[in-house]
Amino acid sequence: MCGIIGFMSKKGRLIKGDKIAKALDSLRDRGNGEGSGYVGYGIYPEYADKYAIHVFIDNTVDFPQIKSKVEEILQRYGIIVKDEEIPVDDSVIKKEHISWRFFYEMDEKYAEIEEDKIVEMVIEVNSKVDGAFIFSSGKNLGVFKAAAWPDEVAKYFKLETYEGYMWLSHARYPTNTKGWWGGAHPFNLLGWSVVHNGEITSYGTNKRYVESFGYECNLLTDTEVVAYLFDLLSRKHKLPIEYVIGALAPRFWKDIDNMDDEKRKICEAVRMTYAGAAMNGPFAIVIGTNQGLVFSNGEVDDKNDMLGFTDRIKLRPLVAAEKDDLLFISSEEAAIRLICPELDRVWMPDAGKMTIARFEE
Amino acid sequence: MIPSTVPPKYKITIDHDKCILCGRCAKECAWDAIRKSKDKIITYDNRCGSCFRCASMCPRDAITIIENPSQGRKHPVWTPEARQDVLNQANSGCILLSGMGNAKDYPIYYDNIVLDACQVTNPSIDPLREPMELRTYIGSKPEKLEFEYVEEEIDGKKVKKSKLKTKIAPNLKLDTPIMIGHMSYGAISLNSHKAMAKAVKRCGTFMGTGEGGLHRDLYEYSDNIITQVASGRFGVNSEYLSKGAAIEIKIGQGAKPGIGGHLPGEKVSAEVSMTRMIPEGSDAISPAPHHDIYSIEDLAQLVRSLKEATRWKLPVFVKISAVHNVAAIANGIATSDADAVVIDGFKGGTGAAPKVFRDNVGIPIEVAISAVDDRLREQGNRNKVSIIASGGIRNSADVFKSIALGADAVYIGTAAMIAMGCTVCGRCYGGKCCWGIATQRADLVERLEIEEAADRVSNLIGAWTHEIKELLGAAGINSIESLRGNRDRLRGIGLNEVELKALGLKQAGL
Repeated sequence: MCGIIGFMSKKGRLIKGDKIAKALDSLRDRGNGEGSGYVGYGIYPEYADKYAIHVFIDNTVDFPQIKSKVEEILQRYGIIVKDEEIPVDDSVIKKEHISWRFFYEMDEKYAEIEEDKIVEMVIEVNSKVDGAFIFSSGKNLGVFKAAAWPDEVAKYFKLETYEGYMWLSHARYPTNTKGWWGGAHPFNLLGWSVVHNGEITSYGTNKRYVESFGYECNLLTDTEVVAYLFDLLSRKHKLPIEYVIGALAPRFWKDIDNMDDEKRKICEAVRMTYAGAAMNGPFAIVIGTNQGLVFSNGEVDDKNDMLGFTDRIKLRPLVAAEKDDLLFISSEEAAIRLICPELDRVWMPDAGKMTIARFEE
Repeated sequence: MIPSTVPPKYKITIDHDKCILCGRCAKECAWDAIRKSKDKIITYDNRCGSCFRCASMCPRDAITIIENPSQGRKHPVWTPEARQDVLNQANSGCILLSGMGNAKDYPIYYDNIVLDACQVTNPSIDPLREPMELRTYIGSKPEKLEFEYVEEEIDGKKVKKSKLKTKIAPNLKLDTPIMIGHMSYGAISLNSHKAMAKAVKRCGTFMGTGEGGLHRDLYEYSDNIITQVASGRFGVNSEYLSKGAAIEIKIGQGAKPGIGGHLPGEKVSAEVSMTRMIPEGSDAISPAPHHDIYSIEDLAQLVRSLKEATRWKLPVFVKISAVHNVAAIANGIATSDADAVVIDGFKGGTGAAPKVFRDNVGIPIEVAISAVDDRLREQGNRNKVSIIASGGIRNSADVFKSIALGADAVYIGTAAMIAMGCTVCGRCYGGKCCWGIATQRADLVERLEIEEAADRVSNLIGAWTHEIKELLGAAGINSIESLRGNRDRLRGIGLNEVELKALGLKQAGL
């Protein structure tokens, strides 16, 4: 189960959040009301160069103390330019956590390592501050999620008040942990936002792999690790995106053996070196990045400027579509047609092959 | 008079109604536990090791070997074995020898670990219909890959292409994560070596030479051989080193941590002497330490020397026995340019070991794998070395559990021997193996038919490989790398909290 719908404008047009909410609501039967969430890219133009740090803080009498502990960690390396409660309509769902956002600027002296420091702070807050966790930490983007139905979460966070050039969303049907706010998708770290339908049977391997590089998985679900894997392979190790996907959903050895010499050597090296990052089990994953959308099951399709991925034997559905400058990706075509009835092209990414959609320059 | 023996452990019974006095049993028993007189088969029960050769070969099924019910007074502490050991040492004043692996009743952690399987939310995978990949590369991998970008012209268009800058160190490519560990020519027969070499070649895997050099008849299997360099340096020269696909430095062995090896002179036949480069009939002693290794720096030097001697084309492994600080040692090995660390648990077999070592020294392989994998990851060294686990791997489930605990592959030893006919009688050190395996006596060696033994070993590895694929499919995994270190797919049963923590496992139900 689990429903995924996302779209981006390759030209960077801003689109209101109610569109994605409407589309996701049509996939509500793929969830069970225990988790829904959205991420919008380009929603904070006023603070585009600041980190937008979204934090859930327990809605208890301890709120001020917990918040100050988070501030203490943030202020260690930079300044909070502005902070406020994320506006919500708390008549819709019970406000279990107070959603707070900090627009944050890193001290110049950390310029070379500022993203590492952000990752470090996210991990520190999430693992050490009881009652708080950071669920969004990128620039000019924000995650909005809760343990509720898609329409409830959209209303609660007043999604129609935001405009973004790329939106990803997810209706959750939790199977490996109980539903809770932190467990809802998208999972975000810096510019990486992940929505996932499936269950990663290699989670134990992947978790221990990223943890050996200093990440800590503490949000109790397998999807969290995908965001860390992307951050590690793409940002820290600077692997070309096609080889990041090649590590996460590697080509079968029989295919690698038949490649030309140069490509074979690279694919062999990727699979050998990043064996701990390879993901197994059923999955359809869509990843939002600052460069565009990545979705999986896949090989390069020369007819468009996209790459993407699902698991290697495609145990979960994924459909993609285009209309003018818009690119859609979803678990079901109906969700796409609901907000864009006429489409130029609809296709299903092949098993284990990646699709990447980049913004037009 | 002081008794020199307790009643025999085994009792050989001949059914004289069935026996046709063919004398086959007497010929088959290398221990002289059965003899034929003119019209009678006479048994000497105290010589019997219960290897069952006689019973297997009897054309009339007339022989029964049972544990002797008359072994004196039953006592929970002073068992017949304990008393016999005291008597033997009181007689000889010597160290007691034994063969095979640890024979004491320690817990086998493998048997307290259960595997997880998929149901509904994560579908299981059918290996008969979907690809199931067991290919494993043993050796050092870089921590990360580096690429450079070059512009190339393709069909008149300039395209930015990523090229791999990082060079991958030599690795062994295994089609199955099961290798045969090191058992030397000398300790076991040439026919055994030949059978195993044929089997590993068929299965796309490797076998170790042990510390006895490499007989020329095995040169044709070079691509599937791992040569060994032990403290005795038997048979080691540049030709030997270059006749393998990898080199292993043996520091320790699970059956006898902290001591060296000893091949009795009786086993050093002409062929063994040539292969080992020692005089015929002389004892081959491997000292406990390598006399050029007294620190991790010395080990690093030997690793690099062996690489230099083979032009950096072969991976070098280091084998140690599982001891309590195995994690720290393995981490040191990982930083010594070695490509794999072999950890041999205290249930590992042996041709000969002091009994007191075999039964009391070392730690179980399961906890050692877990500790080593954890430490290497903590130190950021896990990619630098592969982990090969050995010592008491009995079946495919043990292989699966070892890999899920953190190993890359396993060595089997005793299991391969059993496939060839070994009955685990534990008297390998006597050199009279009635099955032609752990012996150099020509008449016994020829009892092992090479092709048949090769078939049986390759059948065993093949069968386990099938089972591992099925287990992986049940766990919803279609490539072995997603099992490696995946302790989430395991649960502990009947273990206390400390044991679960040492193994890095959750209790079943959690």
